[in-house]
Amino acid sequence: MIQSSFAERNLRILFPLPAIIFVALLMIFPVLYTLFLSFTNWNLTSGMPLSFNGINSYRRVLTEPRFLDAVGRTFEFTFFAVVIEGFLGVAIALILNRAFVGKSIAKLLLLLPLVATPVAVGIVFNLFYDPTIGLANFVLKSLGLPQGLWVSSAGSVIPSLILVDVWQWTPMITLIVLAGLAGLSEEPVEAARVDGASEWQILRYVTIPMVMPVILTAVILRLIDALKTFDIIFAMTGGGPGYASETLNIMGFKYSFEYFRMGQSSVILVALFLIVFLCSLGIMKLRASSEIRAG
Amino acid sequence: MNKKLITNIFLYLLVVAIVLVVLFPFLWMLASSFKTQVDIVSWPPKLIFSPTLQNYHKVFGEQDFLKYFINSTIVGSFAVGLSLVLGLPAAYSISRYAQKKLAVFILLARLMPGISFLMPWYIIFSRLNLMDSYVALILSHMLIALPIVVWIMSTYFSSIPREMEESAMVDGATRRYAFWAIILPLSGPGIITATTLSFIFSWNNFMFSQVLSMEKTKTLPIAVYNFVSYAEVDWGGVMAAAVAIMAPAIILTMIFQKYVVKGLTMGAVKG
Repeated sequence: MIQSSFAERNLRILFPLPAIIFVALLMIFPVLYTLFLSFTNWNLTSGMPLSFNGINSYRRVLTEPRFLDAVGRTFEFTFFAVVIEGFLGVAIALILNRAFVGKSIAKLLLLLPLVATPVAVGIVFNLFYDPTIGLANFVLKSLGLPQGLWVSSAGSVIPSLILVDVWQWTPMITLIVLAGLAGLSEEPVEAARVDGASEWQILRYVTIPMVMPVILTAVILRLIDALKTFDIIFAMTGGGPGYASETLNIMGFKYSFEYFRMGQSSVILVALFLIVFLCSLGIMKLRASSEIRAG
Repeated sequence: MNKKLITNIFLYLLVVAIVLVVLFPFLWMLASSFKTQVDIVSWPPKLIFSPTLQNYHKVFGEQDFLKYFINSTIVGSFAVGLSLVLGLPAAYSISRYAQKKLAVFILLARLMPGISFLMPWYIIFSRLNLMDSYVALILSHMLIALPIVVWIMSTYFSSIPREMEESAMVDGATRRYAFWAIILPLSGPGIITATTLSFIFSWNNFMFSQVLSMEKTKTLPIAVYNFVSYAEVDWGGVMAAAVAIMAPAIILTMIFQKYVVKGLTMGAVKG
C-alpha cells in the first residue's frame, strides 16, 4: 500500500490544476490587462508608446453621449427581449406540456433555432427585412398595413433586432421550463383537482408557482446572454444606421478593432464586464433569498 | 365533451402556428438558396420557381467554402478535445470534493462577455506572432468549450454513486485509477452531451474568429459574413452559404437530440 503518494493525497488540487491555469491565463490575466489599459491613452494607430493618463479615458468615455446611449440601448434591448422571451417561452412550454400526437417532433423542431449559427440567422432575417424585396413588407402590404424600413431606420431597428433574438432564444426558455414541468410531482395538481379547482386555477396557483424557480433560472441565463448580444447586431446592422443599434458590446468592438483606441475601448469593456458581472451577482443573490423564503 | 374537442382543436392550431414560426426562416432560407437572383428579387416573392444549383456551385466552387469548412472542423475538434482533457478531471474534482468556488471560477468564462478577453488576446497574440494561427483560435474556442464541459460533466459525475469508485479503492486501487477505469467508462452519455454542445457553440462562434483569424484559418461564420459584404446583393449565394453552415449543427442536433436537450436544460432544472 504505497498509494498514499503525493499525487493521490493532492488529487483535489492536481486534477483541476490544468483547467485553473488555463482559465487564469486566458481569462483572468486578460481581464486584468484590460483594466490596466483603461488607465492609459494607448492608441495602436498613433504609433505612440503607451503612457498612463490616470482616469482621463474614463472621464472621456463616461461623459460621451455615444457611450451613454449605448448603455441605455443595451438595457433596452435586453429588457424587452428577455421579458417577451420569458412570457412567450413559458406560454409555449405550457401548451407543449399537454400530451398530443407529434409532441416529440415539435420539441425537436424547437431545438433548431438554438443551434442555428447566429450570424447566418441575422443574414436570413435581413432578407426578410429588406424594404424592397423582403417578405416582411410584402406581408404588411398584403394586409393593407403601411410598410416599414425595419433595420434600415433608426426608429425601428431595435424592435426589429429584438424580434430576431425572440425568434432564436424563446425556445431556450421553453425547453428549460418543459424540463422543469416534467420533473414536477403530480400530487399537488391531483389534490387541487379533487378540491374542485378549475384548470386555470391549477395553472395559476399550483403549476406555475412550482416551476417558478426553473423559470427564474431560465430567464437569468437568458438575461446574461442578452446583455452580450453581438452576432446578430453586428451581422445585420453593424450598429447602424448611424449608431442607432450600437450596444456596449458593438461599441467596444469598434473602439478595439476599427479605431484601435485601446485605452478608451478598455473603459467600455470594463463597463460591460461590470454590468454583466453585477447583474449575475445581484440576480444570484435575489434567487438565493427567494429560495430561502420559498423553502 | 364537445367543449373538450374544441379546446383540443384550438391547442393543435396553436402548436402548428408555433412550429410554423420556428421553421419558416429555415424553409425560406432553403428555398432561396435554390432560387436565381431574378427569382429572389422579384415582387411579390415567388413561392413557385424552377430550382437551380448555381448558388451552391458558386459557394463551393468560387468561394473555397470547403477550406473554411475544414478550418471550422479543425478548430472545433481540437478545442473540444483539449477541453475534455482539461475539463474531465476538473469536473470530477468539483463533483467529489464539492468545490463550489472552483465551479463558479470556471463558469465565469461562460458568463463574462467574450470581448473583455478578446481585446487583450488580440494584443498578446499579435506580439507572439500567433495571429491567423490555429493555436490562437483553438485556445480562444477552448474558453467556450471548457465551461460547458465542466458544467455538464460535474453534474453528470455527481449522478454516479460514490460507491462505484470507493469499492475499488477499498480493494487497493488509487483514486486516479478508479477515475480512469471505472468512472470514465460510465460517463459516455455525459461526454456525448458535453462534446456535442461545445462543438456546436464553437462551430457557431463568430466574434473570436472574426478578430483572430485571417485568410489562412478563417472559419465558416466569418466566410458567410464576408460573403455578404463581398457580394452585396447576391442573396442566393448568401443563402446557400447559410444553409452550408447550419446543416452540420442541425444534423448533429437531430442525431443527438436527447443529449442536446439534456445539456441545454441541465443545471437550470436541478438548481
